Amino acid sequence: MSPDPPALRAIGLTKEFRGFRAVDGVDLAVAAGSVHALVGPNGAGKTTLFNLLTGFLPQTAGRIEVAGVDVTGLAPEGFAGRGVARSFQITSLFGQLTALEHVELALQSGSSLGWKFWRSAKLMRRYTPRAMELLDMVGLADLAGTTADALAYGRKRALELALALALDPSVLLLDEPTAGMGLEDVDRTVALIAAIRTGRTVVMVEHNMSVVGALADRVTVLQAGKVLVEGPYDEVRADDRVITAYLGEGAVRAAH
Amino acid sequence: MSELEQDKAAAGSVAVADHTAGVRAEARATAPAAPTGGTIVPPWLRWTLTGAAVLVALVLPVNLYPTVAVDIACWALFAVAVDLLLGYTGLMSFGHAAFWGTAAYATGLAAIHWGLPFPLAVLLGALASTVLAVPVGYLAVKRVGIYFAMVTLAFAQMVYYIANQWRSVTQGENGLQRVPRELFGLDLSDEFYFYYAALPIVAGGLWLVWRTVHSPFGRVLVAIRDNPARARALGYPVHRYKLAAFLLSAFTAGLGGGLFAIGHRFVSLDVLHWTTSGKAVIIVVLGGIGTLWGPVVGSAAVTRLEDWLSFAGFEQIGLVTGAIFALTVLIFRRGLWGTLAHWLRRRP
Repeated sequence: MSPDPPALRAIGLTKEFRGFRAVDGVDLAVAAGSVHALVGPNGAGKTTLFNLLTGFLPQTAGRIEVAGVDVTGLAPEGFAGRGVARSFQITSLFGQLTALEHVELALQSGSSLGWKFWRSAKLMRRYTPRAMELLDMVGLADLAGTTADALAYGRKRALELALALALDPSVLLLDEPTAGMGLEDVDRTVALIAAIRTGRTVVMVEHNMSVVGALADRVTVLQAGKVLVEGPYDEVRADDRVITAYLGEGAVRAAH
Repeated sequence: MSELEQDKAAAGSVAVADHTAGVRAEARATAPAAPTGGTIVPPWLRWTLTGAAVLVALVLPVNLYPTVAVDIACWALFAVAVDLLLGYTGLMSFGHAAFWGTAAYATGLAAIHWGLPFPLAVLLGALASTVLAVPVGYLAVKRVGIYFAMVTLAFAQMVYYIANQWRSVTQGENGLQRVPRELFGLDLSDEFYFYYAALPIVAGGLWLVWRTVHSPFGRVLVAIRDNPARARALGYPVHRYKLAAFLLSAFTAGLGGGLFAIGHRFVSLDVLHWTTSGKAVIIVVLGGIGTLWGPVVGSAAVTRLEDWLSFAGFEQIGLVTGAIFALTVLIFRRGLWGTLAHWLRRRP
């Protein structure tokens, strides 16, 4: 018998934009319960791959499986319904809603309450205690009543994380969770991801190598839409092909 | 590009195009802010305003020519329906005359041929509009921005031409004449009394939209308005929510259109003309997008002004309303009510 199927799997996943292959036949198997980092130079296709893996872009070819079930062609809300949640690289929030309302909405999404146009919005208060817990977890409890437009950049990133967590996903995809953060916020985010990974599978796009080193069990390096190397962090970091991809030929000679 | 692909690409572009997202966020930040659950209106103010509105609604036909009062009420329903989409869901419908007009015809026909009590005929008319909104909405909500407006406009034009050609039912350019105003044998021929008979339907329609906006559903709509891609990532089927909002809006617009038919005892092709859709949008913008009182205030202002101008024998009414519309868009982006509400809220 084979062990558990991968929590998230891509088979020959390809995305073409008018003849340009942004993602080119990517095979990826993310083991259940692991933290898997996607790295690669700018333009390697990381975010496109993320959009494919959450239904935000239709693939040109290939298959996607969640826990062994074929989910190819599912809409974004379908992925969310199957326990795959994502955060966005470019902070993507509801400008006029408060932080608390954001998390309440995320908590509500699994229930039918959202359809009830004849009931009072006060019913959403049933989600307030859990929403406050989540906001507290990401350090936003004091800012629960602030609208997203009025939050500082780092706080918006934290709210992104709280939203993804509110869905209680089995697979969490984080698109550059520490992008643009100060050192202190980076440390806090790393600690938070380390805390929430229990019982979940985490896939993250990340440029900050110390973050990858601290969190990732396995690393996949993408280049020009293809998988260049895959393996444990230390192995990947020492791989000549990876150093070349990032720094050019000269760097490999210098390293040896 | 397939419909699915286009939509997904539109949604995915949030993450793909950095600067576009930045510009959009900026545009949102400077756009007139619609109140959400995050904005706290003090209860005393809310009750004072509601009380004042009820009072004004009750004395309106005493101080105004009653026909004008009925018109204000009908257009208020229509404009509130348009604002449910424009202000709370982020959808600009430029074809809502289809729903206002279809309800007017259906109500008129039900009243003429079946002699139904007028509230029942109006309800039937609104339901007819809701049924029409199913295919129109189904196709329209898959488009965003200007394309959504174009799809709704195209359907409205189709309905207009069908009504124009289908003379055996609609009487073509002659319109439906002598629509009865039946209510259990009561004499409602005086506009003054009809206004009060119609008022519960108007209040019911306004309440429906108020309830929707302040419901869990309304909260999802605002989220969709602000960021549809994110709402999908949270697991909300955005198309279906938009369609539901579209149906509610068509129903409310239908209530207004049905009452309009009974109020005028006449239905002409004008109710389906694209300028009727345009007037509803103008009323919403003038009163204040994303507010509930705004469309009501806008309806009162526009209807009153039009009546006053035509009474004064002024021919170019559109010139004046157009100029006021342009000034509002340029100077008071939040509209009459929106500006006032914003000013009140900013005071400590």
